[in-house]
Amino acid sequence: MATTTVPPAPPRKVNRIGLEQAEYKGNKTTLCAGCGHNAISERIIEAFYEMGVEPHRVAKLSGIGCSSKSPAYFLRTSYGFNAVHGRMPSVATGTVLANHKLIAVGVSGDGDTASIGIGQFVHLMRRNLPIIYIIEDNGVYGLTKGQFSATADIGSKLKTGVINDLPAIDTCALAILLGATYVARSFSGDKRQLLALIEGAVAHHGTAMLDVISPCVTFNDHEGSTKSYSYVKDHESPIEDVSFVPFFEDISVDYDPGTTTEITMHDGSRLLLKKLNTDYDPTNKGEALRVLTEAHDNEEVVTGLFYVDTKRESFIDQLNLVDEPLATLPESRVRPPKSVLDEVMESLR
Amino acid sequence: MATTQILIGEPEAPAEPQLIVNDMSIQVATVNGSGSQTSNLVLLRAIFRMGIPVSGKNLFPSNIAGLPTWFTIRASKYGYIGRRKEIDLLVAMNPETVEEDVRALDPGAAVVYDERLDVKKYRDDLLFYPVPFDKLVAPVCPDAKLRKLVRNMIYVGVVAKLLNVDMGDVEKALRKQFKKKVKAADLNFAAVKAGWEYASKNMPKQDHFWLERMNLNEGKIMIEGNAAAALGAMFAGVTVVTWYPITPSSSLCETLIDYMKRYRIDPETKKATFAIVQAEDELAAIGMVVGAGWAGARAMTATAGPGISLMAEFIGLGYYAEVPGVIFDIQRVGPSTGLPTRTMQGDIISTALLSHGDTKHPLLFPCSMSECFTMAIEAFDIAEELQTPVFVMCDLDLGMNMWMSDPFPYPEKPIRRGKVLTDEDLNRLGGFQRYKDVDGDGVGYRTLPGTKHPAAGYFTRGSGHDERAIYSEKPDVYTKNVDRLARKWQTAVGLVPRPEIQESGKDGIGIVAYGTSHWAVVETLDQLRREQNIEAGYCRVRGYPFNHEIIDFIRRHQRVYVVEQNRDAQLLGLLRLDLEPELIGKLRSIRHYDGLPIDARSTTDSIVTQEIAGTAPATAAPGVTSKSSQEVQA
Repeated sequence: MATTTVPPAPPRKVNRIGLEQAEYKGNKTTLCAGCGHNAISERIIEAFYEMGVEPHRVAKLSGIGCSSKSPAYFLRTSYGFNAVHGRMPSVATGTVLANHKLIAVGVSGDGDTASIGIGQFVHLMRRNLPIIYIIEDNGVYGLTKGQFSATADIGSKLKTGVINDLPAIDTCALAILLGATYVARSFSGDKRQLLALIEGAVAHHGTAMLDVISPCVTFNDHEGSTKSYSYVKDHESPIEDVSFVPFFEDISVDYDPGTTTEITMHDGSRLLLKKLNTDYDPTNKGEALRVLTEAHDNEEVVTGLFYVDTKRESFIDQLNLVDEPLATLPESRVRPPKSVLDEVMESLR
Repeated sequence: MATTQILIGEPEAPAEPQLIVNDMSIQVATVNGSGSQTSNLVLLRAIFRMGIPVSGKNLFPSNIAGLPTWFTIRASKYGYIGRRKEIDLLVAMNPETVEEDVRALDPGAAVVYDERLDVKKYRDDLLFYPVPFDKLVAPVCPDAKLRKLVRNMIYVGVVAKLLNVDMGDVEKALRKQFKKKVKAADLNFAAVKAGWEYASKNMPKQDHFWLERMNLNEGKIMIEGNAAAALGAMFAGVTVVTWYPITPSSSLCETLIDYMKRYRIDPETKKATFAIVQAEDELAAIGMVVGAGWAGARAMTATAGPGISLMAEFIGLGYYAEVPGVIFDIQRVGPSTGLPTRTMQGDIISTALLSHGDTKHPLLFPCSMSECFTMAIEAFDIAEELQTPVFVMCDLDLGMNMWMSDPFPYPEKPIRRGKVLTDEDLNRLGGFQRYKDVDGDGVGYRTLPGTKHPAAGYFTRGSGHDERAIYSEKPDVYTKNVDRLARKWQTAVGLVPRPEIQESGKDGIGIVAYGTSHWAVVETLDQLRREQNIEAGYCRVRGYPFNHEIIDFIRRHQRVYVVEQNRDAQLLGLLRLDLEPELIGKLRSIRHYDGLPIDARSTTDSIVTQEIAGTAPATAAPGVTSKSSQEVQA
């Protein structure tokens, strides 16, 4: 009898709160094979796993469209709400008001945000509500089979040959103008950058708006489209190289002075933005808007963290709410005593 | 009827026909923005202080300054506080409307007017009281810029003198109105006195109207319905309020902000136990309510018909996703610029069935200040117990006018937050199914986001889900879910406020009404008894879905008049959906829809006309309304 030795099971790989990455997964996706949105879901799973976020503290919110289905495909044990078309921002706002301990992740699409939901989008950005707002941006309506959305570039071509003759709404430029405090663009195919930007968003306190170009393999991945994989790959121009160091990792990073901007986030995490070709300052609104405008003129897809402001008060700070979630305050704290009613009644006599 | 009934007896023939005591209506016609609202409220409060039951109705334009506005004050020793359309004393201050105002009076009415207006050229059958307002205001108000505002205080003094309003009560009312602005109060009271002195010296009494001190307002308060509802919301423990300004609902949230800042700041931390957000529109306001309700807050918004229209999609989602929330609908006339400052019970059908699919929603119908308060509290409990949006159906008359009321009762029962599972519950149960009908009442158990348990999370979406909240488009899964929602609707029948029924002891005529129409109906019941020897039963509907007691009331009576303030008999329409065919045939309709609050005279006349005609039921004939109610002039 030969004896066989059973190799020891590999150590269970867990994050800082003892969960495996599998516990951050969602249901099986029902989106098309190769859809950029699935890649974004994977990065969300990685980011929340690596950051060690407790899933029960996450509220996943979405509107309507292919993108808005995707919260079902990550963080299965978190709380999800698939709202109505274009109105995720208001539902997210209400959710955060009710319980500001929650980490809100809003997932929207370009139609959901830039057309039907533009009103709610701009007001959410203005309020600087604490939320991670991800636009899965492919320039077309998927569920209704391929109509242009308002982020489609001018001159871009539909499969049917129709040319878009209106300028695109740049959701990043809009968000920066309106007061969002963490504004980035990325590409679903750029795993490393997207992961670092999502992790930075988790560490941020305020509105973190990520416009992620996410090609639609079914309706907008052809020659002539400016949101196809090949087009974005060929035209992507990162403004910096983004790395993220979470607050719970004591890592010192060496870099030559002047080559890298270091941003300390709300929770103590650090974003390291290594300069590439240009000398870019992500705390300068005007510069961010100039870069975005020039990118449109040069037909470039600039990506990276365009703007960050770690100082501005969030909407929740401004409301001066009690520390506990409003949702679960006991009766003794939300129903004034009889003496108050008596006082009010007396004043009305 | 304890909280709303203040009748103390029926009118009798006055012993001394020359003097009509504590039973009259005053109408003041002014220009919007001229400070007349303050004058009118001083007069109203002074009569209130004299212990005489009184009501005030502000008929105002959608305008900041310049357009005509009217204010009607009714004093009634019988306790009638509904609108009375016949005017006994007109104060005519507006040259633009004076001809129309004077021509609308009954012969023998009195008119106090600016002497520059040549009122006598329109009528010779009135009692005329010209007043030189400009001459009187100049000496008391040296600052010419303020004269326009102070001028209207003069008629307060004139009317006080003519009608025997106590000047001590006028001064107290005035100082209450001006609060801490002592200088302004002094200036205005000087104008009141100037009017009073002028009337004393130059205006011999010609009319027969007289006010005398009574003691019927002991302990009572005066408040607007919107403020009463705001107080109710505060004592209901509301935590998230999201709103968008719209007449006539804005003052509800604005008053709520004042009260919450005062009484809902944590005494230790000085932090707020509430969040109030002015949203970008009604779509966002209701979206925030849905998000907050989902996450466990007691959330509300207040709006009017146009806002309700915009909220339709979200309300449907709230119904199917089963999210609690309270919506105060302060009903008014019309979309856009159509009579936005006039009253209507106009959103009954559209709100009951708001949104698409098989949606229906509980409605509460407060008729009084006390009910604005108590039903606000009930609405939050019902919304959380049923996990669904609940509407409190006020109207402009209720919400924006001053009403007298008994003081509000402090809520005796604890807050009811419905079926919410905590992490401890889940440890015990092992898990839960969000939309499973465990108790047979159609209401599932929910968890709140943030609950720390691996089985607590679930995914909320519209109608396509199974008991575990998993997405499904299977026919049987869908049917099972909406059938459960129908069971929940049956549970709602037992939760919404029961009707208030006043038996006549006879089986002839019954009257069904709701909301502010109540105040016309209580007077109509007396008019029918006194003038027609008709004893009618009365059922005041206070909630939808309809309780069986309402159906039984209809069954017990031969003819049932449904009184409401809209053209299309909206509540009658809802009743028809629930009634057996033979009961539908009993229903007749009394509708008042000219933008002004309903009045008893029109209601009574309309019932009598239909009784005499012995006619076809209302179900056949849209447009049958009281002629008199159409003739009402502002």
